[in-house]
Amino acid sequence: MGNGTSIGRARGLGSAHEGVHPWLMQRFTAAGNLLLVGFLVVSILMLPSLDYQTVRNWIAEPLPAVAMALLIVSVFWHTRLGLNEMIGDYVHEAGNKMACVLALNLAAFGGAAFGLFCIARMALGGAA
Amino acid sequence: MANRPLSPHLQIWRWGPHMLVSILHRITGDGMALVGLAVLLWWLGALASGPEAYATFAWAATTPIGYIVLVGISWAFFNHMCSGLRHFVMDAGAGMEITTNRKWSVATPLIGILLTAAFWALLLIF
Repeated sequence: MGNGTSIGRARGLGSAHEGVHPWLMQRFTAAGNLLLVGFLVVSILMLPSLDYQTVRNWIAEPLPAVAMALLIVSVFWHTRLGLNEMIGDYVHEAGNKMACVLALNLAAFGGAAFGLFCIARMALGGAA
Repeated sequence: MANRPLSPHLQIWRWGPHMLVSILHRITGDGMALVGLAVLLWWLGALASGPEAYATFAWAATTPIGYIVLVGISWAFFNHMCSGLRHFVMDAGAGMEITTNRKWSVATPLIGILLTAAFWALLLIF
């Protein structure tokens, strides 16, 4: 570990052994998205109407409620990884990159929490 | 940033369909992240709030701009789904031969458009 170039400092240390994790999670959540958004698309097509009461009754049932909750988790996780990759490619300055990743994480977790709260409220019989 | 020469970028290479698929995958993914999720959360929030909030959402969704946004989101989803499936195949090491790769690169965005058209036809006709 000298004070040489960045490649000189990294050479010979081997891999970090964890770089593949986000890559794998991107694939796992992609498979989840395929199933769950597929479920949402088919449901939208098969519902007799998209008016308030029909959709509200549908999403309060156990299977759609669980599927929609899982959809929120899978989609927001996948989104967080994907936007992180975009930030990594286009935001070069270290401080700006940190700020963007921080904002992304707040938005992704906040958005997912809001979506899950809405579904829970409807499924567990809140204000109808 | 060190002032080093950059690797050749888009303007250097001869265009091929695989480049379009790659760029569309990123545009549709980031587009759904920024616009699609906002609409999804608005829909869920309005649904959880009650009939009045849902009526506001339904009004906005059925304006001309609303339809453009919704068709755009559905196209982004189907396109991203098709290019994502192509990624799965290539992750497995398949479909790398030039002719096969070119064929599926052309097919991917076309299938995405067909699925979008089929979705809206089914939704609006039945």
